Order: sequence, then structure tokens, then C-alpha cells
Amino acid sequence: MTKQENKISIRHLYKVFGDDPEPALQYVKDGMGKTELLEEHNHVLGLNDINVDVPAGKTTVIMGLSGSGKSTLIRHLNRLIEPTAGEVWVDGENILEYNDKQLRHLRQHKMSMVFQKFALLPHRTVLQNAGLAPSIEGQSERVYADDARKWLDRVGLHGQSEQYPHQLSGGMQQRVGIARALTSNSDIMLMDEAFSALDPLIRTDMQDLLNELQAELQKTVVFITHDLDEALKLAEHLVILKDGFVVQQGEPQHILLNPADPYIEDFVSDINRARVLRVRSIMATTPDAPGEMAGEIDHDDTLESVIALSEGDTGRTYRVMKQGDAVGVLQMRSLVRALVPSDKSDDPESARRSG
Amino acid sequence: MATYDFIFNGLGLKDWCGGGGDGGGLTSMAQLLGETAGEEAVVSAWDTPFPSLDTLHEACAKVPQSRELTSGLEEGFLAIKDTLKVIVDPLTQPLSWALNDALWVMQAVPWFIMIPLLMLIAYVVARSMSLVGLVALCFGFLAFVDYYDYTMQTLAIIFVCAIICVLLGVPIGIAMSRSDRVQRVMIPILDMLQTLPPFVYLIPLIFLFSVTEPKLYGIAIILYAIVPVIRLTDLGIRLVDPDVIEAADAFGMTKSQKLFNVQIPLALPNIMAGVNQTIMMSLAMVVIASLVSAPGLGVLVLRGIRSLELGVGLLSGLGIVLLAIILDRVTKAALARINASQAR
Repeated sequence: MTKQENKISIRHLYKVFGDDPEPALQYVKDGMGKTELLEEHNHVLGLNDINVDVPAGKTTVIMGLSGSGKSTLIRHLNRLIEPTAGEVWVDGENILEYNDKQLRHLRQHKMSMVFQKFALLPHRTVLQNAGLAPSIEGQSERVYADDARKWLDRVGLHGQSEQYPHQLSGGMQQRVGIARALTSNSDIMLMDEAFSALDPLIRTDMQDLLNELQAELQKTVVFITHDLDEALKLAEHLVILKDGFVVQQGEPQHILLNPADPYIEDFVSDINRARVLRVRSIMATTPDAPGEMAGEIDHDDTLESVIALSEGDTGRTYRVMKQGDAVGVLQMRSLVRALVPSDKSDDPESARRSG
Repeated sequence: MATYDFIFNGLGLKDWCGGGGDGGGLTSMAQLLGETAGEEAVVSAWDTPFPSLDTLHEACAKVPQSRELTSGLEEGFLAIKDTLKVIVDPLTQPLSWALNDALWVMQAVPWFIMIPLLMLIAYVVARSMSLVGLVALCFGFLAFVDYYDYTMQTLAIIFVCAIICVLLGVPIGIAMSRSDRVQRVMIPILDMLQTLPPFVYLIPLIFLFSVTEPKLYGIAIILYAIVPVIRLTDLGIRLVDPDVIEAADAFGMTKSQKLFNVQIPLALPNIMAGVNQTIMMSLAMVVIASLVSAPGLGVLVLRGIRSLELGVGLLSGLGIVLLAIILDRVTKAALARINASQAR
């Protein structure tokens, strides 16, 4: 895998839906909003000046409510939808300049996609579905069978390879979808609301599976979701979309503690902060410890696990360790404070807004 | 005088017309009666005739009568007939050969090979022993009442015509599904083929080809029966789940890979429903085609009508029903097998 900082870079990407998008785009660039554009010119603004960097080997989650343009955005990455203006750089090449052949090569070898409604071929077996990418290149089933079976086993579908998709449950069908993406051996995986159609319990399983695979394979994953809990569970880089523009992007913990606008505040107000926040995000980096240390905790522990460890005693203080070195201290008192979004006295900006 | 004289008089066209009514003569009984009574026929306002060609002709001889229109059409067709024949004749010649060969083969093979062969085909297509039994029973019955040859002729014609319908209809349907413009052009044509009474397109075909040529009825059957397979191929491909097409695109399939590996397999249930309808319609047409020398059970039906042989008519009608049942059940069973393997 290349050691580039950013696998995919999106620059000034616009998408206007309608009969004559070019002039409509000009209005948008001149500052017209989504509602006005629809009322006055009958064009729908899909994406508005998107600039996103997708780091290599990490999971980037693009989150937004329905209609925010997230599914449109992910389809620009493999040009299932053509943009009205902008650039999409993948491995240092602008894929919008690709011809048909180059584009097919990109889709066959560099990017694979997992769909919300699975989109398996109903007339092919699970094995043949998993081997879709090699079969498109012209490999026979005999050639790709081992590889496809390996990935089917890896996603937990051992011995199901001769079934047809309709004989499997939704969760199993999506496992086939993931195996299909993995069998293509592409560095980039696009996942369009991949788990949204599944039951909550199965969804949790699938999220764990994806995190496991990610720890093992370090693919560049672009994951679309409307579910903040899911986003925070998977994301190493979080992009929040609203009405076709990026409201905030960055490290998920940072967004959680410093929401940039009321829209995101609304989003983050409902989640279980103890489960999502990590010790490293709220610890004090001072080496001098006020008082006695109750023990050592890892910088990547969730607050939930620290609360369990402390047995609810708010008087304790823990030393925070990172790979064997002490990097800070965490007072249980500040932990409790961090659990309530409106009570962040150490963040004057948010204190002013919520006060 | 005629009702619409005033139009031509008013327009000052009296001279151009050269007097009214003389060419048409006396056309209505009322006028004749009036003539014999020695008085002008008085037409009340209630009886005002529609200003049709014939009525206007009464007022002005220069206006053609409607029979001149129809004879003009006929002459026009006869004028282009020879040129048309030069193009169409060689194109359709293979149809004659195919029909002749099929008719010959179906009759040359002895019954004790043919009936088991048909049973085997039924089994391969439908995988159902009860259907094979039905096939044996029906053909056994038809052979027992000495209609075996007629049945085989009808079957041969249907096989050839249905196969040609599929060979032509599926590509046309695919073209329609891929282009909205082709679809817009084809739909009125298909509507016309489906609603035009079959006798109507028999008439120009008779002018075009000699009645002894099998392609005459072959073309008539194909024109009539090809419509459902075209329509349902178009529909089937348009109904393929767009999510699956998107997945095929996302993994980099070419257009032809998409067509042959995704769209046609997923449209197959609909295409097969179209084939079933096509076979049924060619069976319906094969009776009418007997008017223009198609052999088979239809000939017997016609004999029943022409010489009022009730028994022959009924029995051959029953034969056609039995054939229809067999063909329908076998193709439907094949359809059910495809559906079962693709159930979602």
C-alpha cells in the first residue's frame, strides 16, 4: 500500500441536479442557497463546494441526515454520478479526467462498494457473488474460488458458498456484500449505509466485524451513515454533511467535545458520551499529580470502562498511560463533567452558547 | 339536385365541376322514387347526409367517389408490389425453407419416435412427470382419432414461428429497453400489430406472395405473435432492480457484460412469460392462417365451417385446445422453474 497521507482528496466538488445545471451552478457559486435555487430555478443543489481529504488506511465516516447529499457524495468517488464541477483525486490522479476504460479499471481494482440493499446478483450463488470482481475480469470460477472462499470464511459464511442470496438472512447477505468487496482486493472500500437495513443487534455485529477487518487490513474505508452512534464507533475521521455542504470534519472526539454549530450540537446531545469519549480526549496533560493515584488507565479507554473501574467514586484520580509512558492524569470529577455536554466550563465558546 | 350543390356554387366552382350528379347517377332509393314520380326528391333537414365523398360527388363530378379511393389504394399497392417483392422475397425465403423442412421432419419421423421425443422435450423443459403424462395422453388421443398428421403440422408451424419470434423479438425488446426513442417508435407499431384484425394483414400478403408459399402464413403468424415477447423483454429489462445495476457498474462491468450477465438473466422470468404468450398467439393465428393454405388442424376447422361438418369442426377445435393446454403448461412450468431459482 502506498504511504500517502491522503488516499482520496475531493476539491471544490459541486453537484446540481436538473435540466441545465451549468447556469444554476453559477448562481450557487454566487451564494444562492438550496431552497432559493429550487424555488427560482427548479434545480436541486446536491453538493455545495465539498472539500474532504480521506486519509489512507483509515475509516472515514460521512454522516448526515437523509437529503444531506451523503449518498450522492460517495457515488462521486467512483463516478456513478458525474459532478457538475470539481475534482476528485485518487492516488494522485484526477479520476474525473479518466476515460471509460480507465474508469472501469479504477472500479475493478481500486475501489469496491458495499450497498445498503446488498445488491447481490440473485441468480448467482454466494461464491459467484463474492467473486464478482474477478469474474468481471474474465477469471473462471475455478480460479477465483479459493480467494472468494477465503473471504467468505473470514466474514463468517463458512460452508454457505453454494447457497443463493435469497436463502440467506439480511445480515448474511451483507456479509456476502462485504466479502465481494474484499475479494476485489481493492485498497478503497466505499460503504453506502451498509448496515442501515439490518436489525440493531446484527448491525452491532457487523460494526464489530468491520472494525476487526479494519484492524487487520487497514483499507481506506469511506462509510456513509445517518446514525451518529455508528459513526462514532467506526470513524477515525468524521465528516458531517448538511444540505450538501460540510458542516464540520475532523477527529470524532474533537467534534463531540467542540461541536461547530447548533446542528451538530443537536446531533451529539443524544448519544451515550461515556461509551464514545476516550480518556485521551478529556485528560489533563499535566505531569504533576494532585493527590494520590488510584491506578493506571490506558489513554484509549472509554470513559465507561473507567467509571466501572472507579466503582463510581468521584474522588479518585488515575494516571493515563500510553504505550507504557505516563502522558497525563484524569480526575474522576472532570470525567463526570465531560459526560454532560452543557457543563463544559473549560470550553468558553460552548459555555457561552449553552449558557 | 344534390344536397351540397350550394358549396360548389358558392365557391364558383360550378364550371370546374362540369355539372353535378351526372357521373354518380341516381344513388338513393328516394331519388329513384322521386324520379319515377316525376318530381324532385325533397330531402328534409333531418336526413341531411354527411358530406362524404359519395355525397359530394353527387354535387360535383370532379370529387372522387370512395370506391375510387379504395381502388386507388389497391393500384398504389400493386405499383410498389414488384419492387417490394424484390426486397422482401429473398429476405423471407429462409422462412419458407424452415417451414417446409419442419413440416417434412415432423411428418417423416414415425409416431413411435415422435411422441416419446415430445415427451422427452416436455420433461427437459418442465421437469414434471405429470406434465409428461399429459403430453402423452393428449398426443395419444389425437393420434387415436387420426388427427396425428394435422397435429404435427400445426406443431411444426408453431415451433418455427415461435423460435423466429424469439430470435427477432428479444433483440428488438432489448433495443427498446435501452433507448427511450426506440421505445416511442415501437410502441405504436406494436399496438397496431396487436389490434389490427389478423385478416387485414393477410390481404396485402396474398398480393405480395403466392398462396402456395409457406412464408405467406409464416409472416402473418409472426407479425401477430411477436408482440408479447417484444413488450415483455422491454418491460423485464426495464424492471431489473436499479440497485443491482448500480452494483454491476460499481464493480466495473462493461455494457455487454451487464446485458448478458445481469439484465437478461434477471429479466428472464418476464421474457419467458412473453414467450408463453407468443406461443399461445401463434396457435390462435394458425387457424386463421389456414385460410391462406397453412396446413394443420386449422384446415379441419375451416372444413367444419365450410361444409357444415359439425363433428369435424368440434373435434379439431378440441385438438387445438389440447395443444394449447400442453404448450401453455410446459412453458409455464419452465417459467416457474426460473422464478423459483430467482426468488428473492
